[in-house]
Amino acid sequence: MDFSFTEEQNLLRDSVRKFVEKSYTWDKRRSLLESEAGFSRDNWASFAELGWTALPFSEADGGIGGKAVDTMIVLEELGKGLVLEPFIATVIFAGGILRRADDKSRAKHLPKLIGGEAVYAVAYAEAASRFDLFHVETTAKPKDKGFVLQGRKLAVIAGNAADVLIVSARTSGATRDKSGVTLFAIDAKQSGVQRVGYRTVDGLHAANVTLEGVTVGPENVIGTLDQGLPLIEGAADETIVALGAEAVGVMQVMFEQTVAFCKERKQFNVPIGSFQVLQHRMVDMYMEYEQAKSMLYMATMAQDSGQNLAKAAAALKVQLGRSGRQIGQAAIQNHGGMGMTEELAISHYFKRITMIDMMLGNADYHLDRYRSLPG
Amino acid sequence: MDLEFTREELAFREEVRAFVAEKLPADIRDKVDHGQPLGKEDAVRWQKILFQKGWIAPNWPVEHGGTGWTPTQMYIFDDEMGAAGAPPVVPFGLKMVGPVIYTFGSEEQKKRFLPDILSSNVWWCQGYSEPASGSDLASLTTRAVRDGDHYIVNGIKAWTTLGQYADWIFCLVRTDPNAKKQQGISFLLIDMKSPGVSVHPVITMEGDHEVNETHFEDVRVPVENRIGDENQGWTYAKYLLTHERTNVANIGNLKRTLRRLRREAAKVKVGDSVLLETPAFSRKVAEIEIQITSLEFTVLRVLSKVQRGGAPGAESSLLKVRGTELQQAMTELLLEAAGYEGFAYVPENGQPINSKWTARAAANYFNYRKVTIYGGSSEVQKNIMTKAVLGL
Repeated sequence: MDFSFTEEQNLLRDSVRKFVEKSYTWDKRRSLLESEAGFSRDNWASFAELGWTALPFSEADGGIGGKAVDTMIVLEELGKGLVLEPFIATVIFAGGILRRADDKSRAKHLPKLIGGEAVYAVAYAEAASRFDLFHVETTAKPKDKGFVLQGRKLAVIAGNAADVLIVSARTSGATRDKSGVTLFAIDAKQSGVQRVGYRTVDGLHAANVTLEGVTVGPENVIGTLDQGLPLIEGAADETIVALGAEAVGVMQVMFEQTVAFCKERKQFNVPIGSFQVLQHRMVDMYMEYEQAKSMLYMATMAQDSGQNLAKAAAALKVQLGRSGRQIGQAAIQNHGGMGMTEELAISHYFKRITMIDMMLGNADYHLDRYRSLPG
Repeated sequence: MDLEFTREELAFREEVRAFVAEKLPADIRDKVDHGQPLGKEDAVRWQKILFQKGWIAPNWPVEHGGTGWTPTQMYIFDDEMGAAGAPPVVPFGLKMVGPVIYTFGSEEQKKRFLPDILSSNVWWCQGYSEPASGSDLASLTTRAVRDGDHYIVNGIKAWTTLGQYADWIFCLVRTDPNAKKQQGISFLLIDMKSPGVSVHPVITMEGDHEVNETHFEDVRVPVENRIGDENQGWTYAKYLLTHERTNVANIGNLKRTLRRLRREAAKVKVGDSVLLETPAFSRKVAEIEIQITSLEFTVLRVLSKVQRGGAPGAESSLLKVRGTELQQAMTELLLEAAGYEGFAYVPENGQPINSKWTARAAANYFNYRKVTIYGGSSEVQKNIMTKAVLGL
């Protein structure tokens, strides 16, 4: 057993770190955050040039056959910089679905995705679905040789700027049946697709998507008819691992910035870091961070070895919820009033770590899931 | 020991309930009910209604415009206000500077300032904290130098809540730089229109403009605007902190938020059930309800002590710590209930993108991190209890 990184992995980490240092100053991030798309297409092109968008895909699909450890490294560093580009939404989530899809779909979509020419987003959440991926009320009814899609999706991360949307829709069965869900890749600008784009509370961008009589052909089906659920579930678990890597990066920064602040900030003529109650709270942050990181490694190894990723992802998500909450709340409390301001970076990390808990199911949801899964 | 309300008290509860039901404007109730921020106009409109009724300042002595209620009546009043969704009054005039003025101010100051506080014609804000003086408030450095019958004030006050609306600010300023920390501080009332006063917005993490930094540059303040004696300001400020704290737990508000949490979580579908019925969430809600109940009975015990002539001591700190923790816990559960709908950023006066109740769930959770920081942080409160209760 060896938890150290290879030379290539260290180089990869350095390259992401350099990008964040150079292209992600606080001012640049702010202007991206306030832009309509919410990220930079130029940055996205750089991600492709640097090979990051190719990481999780096989060489046969035009990728570079990286391991989960490689994407983990990238995401930890992107997390430290609170990078806004939709790496998780497009490369991990949508890419994870496509990687599991049929030859035709892979050949059609992956070159565009890997090349950075098209941004992909996954439209799965619905008003009544909560965190259940199988709860799908959006319908795709057969028409001629294709389908007509009808329904509404919420909180599609990067959905505002996406070129292609991967939509889960019901082609058979009842709302909560596990079979009968089919995934479709649709052009985001196609007629009948209405998007309401917005900024999210943690600085990303998203859209609510209404599908009103959207006509698609059989070639828009990703994978097999009625058998879309395993694709999106597998990709969602990989997305949880990716969110974990981002979260661990976020937690590291929150811990370090809080310690630095408490050493610097003086009250009663001494650094506030000399107060035991603040020290212990920061030690708790340290322990939560280390535990989250350990869980991330565990889940990353499970993904690379192909062993019970679902259970590992559920366990990781529970840990992320707990650690993120403690670290986030403690960071703000130890910063005092300054931690409340939009001006200080710490509040932006806090917002992101808060919302990561909600993505793809919060700690309670995954605790139940963990209990119900075999293994 | 009699734990029942008297018949008179129950009748009083009915009277308050009927009044709020009739007089609270529907739009204000709706905003409060959906966790939306109130504007200045909303606050003033409601406070003027309470003023008309003579109920704007239950905590004040009758001769200055108070109601003459018993502490129990005040508790019932707050409870009913919270239950009906009435917004709490803006505290800076009515709960903070008003009591300082009627307790320590001159007759002239009382005549000049109290009526406008009661009628909400003048908006006050608080100038205590400074960028380098937070928990260590007594280290404040805003200087007031005597120049004839004026003070010349220079310095920066931090976290002036709603200072953008304020006509007046009450400030702690240093009048004797050579005295020991707590000595050498005076309590000044400053007209915000005075030349040299400027208000600089500070945007908090949820994106709202609620607090400011207030700068004083050679601001001339008449000596007659000083409360009490020079260099005794700390005593007045401290009095305020210990005597205005029985309602610090804000039980009425906690109970109202709990009701809101239950109502909304009962709408969130989870499979064939709703979130409120799921074991994990319902346990958390029940846990909060139990903690509110224990806090409520602690408040009642403190009130009973006050009614018998005692003053709240360390209990004020207990109420502040636990009350604020419960407020935070509920904003957290409301955000959890909002789920994916809670992701959309909605600015303070923006239109909801998803449902109305979820629009500000994240903003409120973020914003409420302040409650364990302001007004004496939880750490400061625990230090107070360490001294007062443990004798350490």
